Amino acid sequence: MKAIVSVIGKDKKGIIAKVSTALYEMNINIEDISQTIMQDYFTMIMAVDTSECPLKFDAIVDKLKELGEKTHLEIHIQLQSIFDSMHKIDTDKKGL
Amino acid sequence: MYSSNEIIETINMISQQHLDVRTITLGISLFDCITDSKQRTCDKIYDKIMSKAGNLVKIGNDISSELGIPIVNKRISVTPISLISSASKGHLEIIRTLDKIADETGIDFLGGYSALVHKAMTPYEREFLLSIPEALSTTNKICSSINVATSKAGINMDAVALMGKIVKDCAYLTKDKDSIACAKLVVFANAVEDNPFMAGAFLGAGEDDTVVNVGVSGPGVVKTALEKCNGDLTDVAECIKQTAFKITRVGQLVAKEASKRLNASCGIVDLSLAPTPVIGDSVAHILEEIGLESVGAHGTTACLAMLNDAVKKGGIMACSNVGGLSGAFIPVSEDAGMIKATQIGALSFDKLEAMTAVCSVGLDMIAIPGDTTADVISGIIADEIAIGVVNTKTTAVRVIPVYGKKAGDTAEFGGLLGTAPIMNINTYSPSKFISRGGRIPAPLHSNKN
Repeated sequence: MKAIVSVIGKDKKGIIAKVSTALYEMNINIEDISQTIMQDYFTMIMAVDTSECPLKFDAIVDKLKELGEKTHLEIHIQLQSIFDSMHKIDTDKKGL
Repeated sequence: MYSSNEIIETINMISQQHLDVRTITLGISLFDCITDSKQRTCDKIYDKIMSKAGNLVKIGNDISSELGIPIVNKRISVTPISLISSASKGHLEIIRTLDKIADETGIDFLGGYSALVHKAMTPYEREFLLSIPEALSTTNKICSSINVATSKAGINMDAVALMGKIVKDCAYLTKDKDSIACAKLVVFANAVEDNPFMAGAFLGAGEDDTVVNVGVSGPGVVKTALEKCNGDLTDVAECIKQTAFKITRVGQLVAKEASKRLNASCGIVDLSLAPTPVIGDSVAHILEEIGLESVGAHGTTACLAMLNDAVKKGGIMACSNVGGLSGAFIPVSEDAGMIKATQIGALSFDKLEAMTAVCSVGLDMIAIPGDTTADVISGIIADEIAIGVVNTKTTAVRVIPVYGKKAGDTAEFGGLLGTAPIMNINTYSPSKFISRGGRIPAPLHSNKN
């Protein structure tokens, strides 16, 4: 399933490394990354594919939440469809 | 790929502005459960609902986790029980069965202990109505709604008179819990058949076997968007429309996914802005953001009319089928801004009645003094229902005459039902009018054929 990982927090060394390592360990493929500094906050958006991840989606959510707590970052993973719904009019795809 | 702004906007809407899907309501038809035996009817109802809704809570939680958006309530609505129980006269047994189902499935509410008596009451329907106080005072999650009028049929004033007494009985039987049974009872004009919101949800006779109806929320999101809007009222309306569009799209997504997983048809998305008592989730605060010192000020009705219209215009394009109540809700106890306006004396009962003429749904979650007579409550119902009938819209009354309390006191209902300052009401008697009974004929403009 296509999902979006968003990471928000104070900029510091190794954020991309830590998040991408965690995703690699769950066998989640990163398809695209963008990062920016918004209002003094580091913001990273990753488009990922979870189809080869053996974990259930709620377990992925928990793992990333745990990593976020450890590293003082706000890390979310949400299916891409919620962003498609809210921000694009022409992408009514089947399923999630 | 999305811009960071889009992603952050969505995340902030959820984490800071209380955007949520208020409810996934699974409507289940019970027509195939009708028998002339109380026991067999109950068994069939139990088997059918458990087979269709056994996984409702889990599926709701899964979708919530995947999309990263709270789905606050998982609810069931059923065919009006008065229709299902009339052959067996087993309504009291059915209420026990529904209570057991509500506990075992872990859902938040089950609606449909209902009757449609807008033109007249059969002798059995009268008996059914009289069972409502017992049904609501001995269960926690069951909700009841009674349709006493339609624009086509007029107003059944016998039912209105009876409902005043029933509301009083509900209040008395739950006197140790601030008369909470009244919070689970709503009296309607022009009740809709696909409403996902409680206490008024039931599944109408024209509906499919199982249907998913979704209610969205998001007053906080609209308020936050308006904080950045410095334009004139056309700009304000546009800002509300655009925000409502985004909110409703999430509802549509959840409705489609839930219906697929529950193997039910995808019914409607209800566009209502439903507040909660949490700070930052208030419809009143939207009206104040538009420019009122307090909700209840002169100008409130106009602001609310614009808000209600803009929410619909934004939402209608965002989903395939709009239904339910679809408008701004103004429940007093469930909205921090309404509670405060009542406490400081800015918002009166009569102003609330005027506001209901331009929004959904009606006099909702208003606590009134416990010594209010049944006839006065019937008068309140009659006034509100007349607004709905004449304006060809749904209106409803959910008032709580809090036993033992008077104006200025506070009633605590807890959870989503919130806290209600008890409002002053006009106590002059409408008894002669109410005791006349009969039916107020349908208005002239309803004769459209």
